Amino acid sequence: MTGDPDGRHATPPALAPVGDPAAEAGWVDAPPRMGFFTDTSVCIGCKACEVACKEWNGVPSAGLDLLGMSYDNTGALTANSWRHVAFVEQPRPAAAGSPAPAPTAGLGTAGSSSTAAGSTEFLGMPAAGPPGRTGSADGRSDFRWLMMSDVCKHCTQAGCLDVCPTGALFRTEFGTVVVQEDICNGCGYCVSACPYGVIDRRAGDGRAWKCTLCYDRIGAGLTPACAQACPTESIQYGPLDELRERAAARVATLHERGMPEARLYGHDPDDGVGGDGAFFLLLDEPEVYGLPPDPQVTTRDLPKMWRRAGLAALAMTAAAAAAFLGGKR
Amino acid sequence: MPRAEFTSYYGRPVLKPPVWTWEIAAYLFTGGLAAGSSLLAAGGQVTGRPAVRRAGRVAALAAVTASGVLLVKDLGRPERFHHMLRVAKPTSPMSVGTWILTAYGPAAGIAAIAEAARWLPERGPLGLVRRVLPPVGQAAGLAAAATAPALGTYTAVLLADTAVPSWHEAYPYLPFVFAGSALASGAGVGLLAVPPAQAGPARRMAVAGAALELFGAHQVENRLGLVGEPYRTGRAGRLLHAGRALTVAGVAGALLGGRNRVVSAISGAALLAASVATRFGVFRAGVASARDPKYTVLPQRERLAQRRAAEAAEPDR
Repeated sequence: MTGDPDGRHATPPALAPVGDPAAEAGWVDAPPRMGFFTDTSVCIGCKACEVACKEWNGVPSAGLDLLGMSYDNTGALTANSWRHVAFVEQPRPAAAGSPAPAPTAGLGTAGSSSTAAGSTEFLGMPAAGPPGRTGSADGRSDFRWLMMSDVCKHCTQAGCLDVCPTGALFRTEFGTVVVQEDICNGCGYCVSACPYGVIDRRAGDGRAWKCTLCYDRIGAGLTPACAQACPTESIQYGPLDELRERAAARVATLHERGMPEARLYGHDPDDGVGGDGAFFLLLDEPEVYGLPPDPQVTTRDLPKMWRRAGLAALAMTAAAAAAFLGGKR
Repeated sequence: MPRAEFTSYYGRPVLKPPVWTWEIAAYLFTGGLAAGSSLLAAGGQVTGRPAVRRAGRVAALAAVTASGVLLVKDLGRPERFHHMLRVAKPTSPMSVGTWILTAYGPAAGIAAIAEAARWLPERGPLGLVRRVLPPVGQAAGLAAAATAPALGTYTAVLLADTAVPSWHEAYPYLPFVFAGSALASGAGVGLLAVPPAQAGPARRMAVAGAALELFGAHQVENRLGLVGEPYRTGRAGRLLHAGRALTVAGVAGALLGGRNRVVSAISGAALLAASVATRFGVFRAGVASARDPKYTVLPQRERLAQRRAAEAAEPDR
């Protein structure tokens, strides 16, 4: 595979098919691009991935923080949580297996606090069994649980990598995006550039941290810690091409089984970030899981931004010149 | 903007709010002040207004020094500030800005130091320095002025080149807000420090800067749809409102009472305060937009719907 010289991140139109970010970044004879396929339809919310990641990578504890919203007490991907199991408790108007495509159930209303609006609901303290289990279909409640292990997307066009002013963030030979901790000076630009809200600065340490796709492990031919620990193969690791085929087959199977709401997220090389190296099978709209519905790499507009700034700079120069030449006193 | 419904994960933000603190907002001001002051100084230098030149050069050095301190202080690892100099990356506005500052800072510094020539003795080795400094200062002053417009506008790209909705979507207009604010603050220095007899250019610069800034701010507030909202509401809205009022007051004072030393100085101070308020307002609006998931989800939903509609209309594409 050869690198596409026109496929630089900031060159418009960046929509040109980008197959191999490693080759594009200058790697010669790079191994195949590796990634994650996270199939949320089989996630059981055990959080083994979160624990394994912390163990292997020596990620500090985030402290005990009971968020009081669901079984999720991690809350989000942060500098100290490189895997995050989202836990959605959701009322559904239609019976499970309804042929109509499931609408985004119980939409919250606009406003910063949609917690109280219907999209998610805390079911109270856990009982011995899941809510609604009565042994018969009639007794089923209209709630469902969605669990999803979120992770850095290792974008094909990575905003964090583009804006990093020190070169601390780099593209590995596996096509992943990794921070070099000995280079990062904690400027924080990557934090604001990430369209998924993944990378974060660690308090007290000052540097930016995120998932490395276990760069040390995969370099030695091992599976990343989270995928290794996942008991249901919800997290699958492998060459991205293979994972994409597997994911397409899985979606087809779920559709056949009467789950029309199954859809892939981040698999499309034509999306706003050129496709994700870590993509997902979801059972609802992305924003239900806290994912952006249509992320775009910010640097796609950078040439236009520089042109506008150039225009403003010219206006500034002209205004200053006119101020001195425009009158005697 | 119709009230639209949207879903989120327990109302939590999709994006990480910027980790930048007040230092960056303050740098937006000091960087612009340095740029505006260097242009003022160069104008004074070229048109033979020594008081204007001197005030501009001194203010520029003070502002660029403050800028450096603020930028290093905001880093998570301040002792590693020089890692910025490892690379030159056109895809990173912060890297571009680093190199703009690297070119501008020494030029502005030399130009300001050259102003000390008149305090040196006329004889001896220092007498030689006294004779050499002014022409060196002239060259440095022009070099600083040549890089000043880049310094005054790149910060708009710095903010816009992020996933922060209200900063990113404002990219067509933010550079004009910042260019205008930089000019107005430079003019403010002139009005504050220069006798009214020499301050004519500063008054005209204030008018031009205010016009540019008010035009840009109007666009930012009214042409961005939903993501323009953070610029009109909350603390950001109040800051921008105060900035606009101070700008108008400063320009009016300069034009109507500019011949009076006191009125002129107060007008200059108002313009400087206006620039501070505007920069903090723009900064805070972006932070607010990153904290509320509606500014992330709703515009993206709209974009998706438009794309799907276009695809449905043109199935062959």
